[in-house]
Amino acid sequence: MKYMLLIYSQPRDREPTPEEWAASMPAWQAFSEDLQRRGALVDAAPLAPTSSATTVRVRDDKPVVTDGPFAETKEWLGGYYIIESPSLDGAIEAAKMCPGAKDGSVEVRPIVDVGG
Amino acid sequence: MSTSAADAAERVAASFRADGGRTLATLSRAVGDIALAEDALQDAYLAALQRWPRDGFPARPSAWILATARNRAIDRLRRERVGREKLQRLAALEPAPAASRDADDSGAGENAVPDDRLGLIFACCHPALGIEARIALTLRTLAGLTVEEIADAFLVPHATMAQRLVRVKRKIRESAIPFEVPPAERLAERLADVCAVVYLIFNEGYAASSGAQLVRRDLCDEAIRLARVLLALVPDEREVMSLLALMLYHDSRRDARVREDGTLVALPDQDRSTWNRAKIDEATALLARANGLGAPGAYQIQAMIAFAHASAASAGDVDWHGIAELYGHLDRMAPSPVVALNRAVAIGFADGPLAGLAALDALPREALESYHLYHVARADVLARLERSTEARAAYRAALALTQNAAEQAYLRAKLRETA
Repeated sequence: MKYMLLIYSQPRDREPTPEEWAASMPAWQAFSEDLQRRGALVDAAPLAPTSSATTVRVRDDKPVVTDGPFAETKEWLGGYYIIESPSLDGAIEAAKMCPGAKDGSVEVRPIVDVGG
Repeated sequence: MSTSAADAAERVAASFRADGGRTLATLSRAVGDIALAEDALQDAYLAALQRWPRDGFPARPSAWILATARNRAIDRLRRERVGREKLQRLAALEPAPAASRDADDSGAGENAVPDDRLGLIFACCHPALGIEARIALTLRTLAGLTVEEIADAFLVPHATMAQRLVRVKRKIRESAIPFEVPPAERLAERLADVCAVVYLIFNEGYAASSGAQLVRRDLCDEAIRLARVLLALVPDEREVMSLLALMLYHDSRRDARVREDGTLVALPDQDRSTWNRAKIDEATALLARANGLGAPGAYQIQAMIAFAHASAASAGDVDWHGIAELYGHLDRMAPSPVVALNRAVAIGFADGPLAGLAALDALPREALESYHLYHVARADVLARLERSTEARAAYRAALALTQNAAEQAYLRAKLRETA
């Protein structure tokens, strides 16, 4: 089974500064390496801050392109991991180790296998 | 209905009662899907009703049912064209894959059917599921209650409960919640989750939070039965034996707790001769075994408190100092305002109402203000101190906070007594 770990920041007024980002990197690197060692890592990436987000909607065949994320929330998606685990328990254990779980939250979602 | 058909119906029902739960657990584990396992099992029992009168009764009905259900599950999975892994696991359920689809019974005895109920218990009580869903699913799959019975026990519409069960089974399947006994390093934590579900079922039965009946006996009985199954599967887990002991102590008093007219009888006023001695003795034996196994856990301490009540010859002989100490111990282990409240109540009996009131007033009021038993405890010590105006105000505050009809009747009687 594949699971996506969606990493949400804690609710706060601003996104991390580049310095804060850099300071947190070693923990993320260690987490990724640990997953890789166990053969569980499929894919992972951080996302650029929501200030860079663009939202696209198509209504009545007309595209509407707007600046910013779809919803004004104080919690934002900061990145994701896709991992392989035989069951939810393994995915939960991975999420517990994820640095993002310490100040924000990690949502664990099974990835649907559409075959092919 | 011909004689043999009636006979078959009888035997199918007997087979279901004896092995239905275990077979459901085995199938659920193989396919990782309780709903599919339930459907396949139902197919198998229907097939048995048709085939047993015609082809003769199998020597090992449970093996016949498991093999037939397994084949029906394979058929269903093939139709869905998904789950190659699940098909492989199903195929592995039978030691001899060449066995005929009719699952003629020969070879190993009934014990060849593995007991996968423990894995099923851990799946049903998984922390990734909502607590209400855990309770409903445990009652459905392990206690074998019908959807209607569960809905009635929790006073929700049948359709709501049916939907809750469909949703939780879907989550188990889609997120691949395992039907396994957790590894040693997580066993204690997960076992505590299971015990919590069983105890919640018991408490819902013992002190129904709403409705006319104070005790819903069926839920108490099911919780005790579940704890027995659990203990049979993990016979050396002392928190499981302690939980069973605790529930048996409580349950031994259930007839003494409620009058004919449905009103509540407080512990000191109960007729001790009506307490069920057999349950108390069984609980005491379990507790003694648990006490021999090392430092006590939270259920064990609660069982020790219940023992202190059960072993006293009369209400006046209860060792309240010992009980206050045990509550103190429990509060340090797992701090909770309710435990602290119980400790204060015990102090009130051990050292007198003035000490009791001081202990109650030292509690964090904001955490307990909306809890009716806090006001009952204050009212009781105030009444003993003959401060009746304050006592009546506290009884009234408690009355406004409970929806349970038996408790309301008890509190109204207390108000009348406290003139």
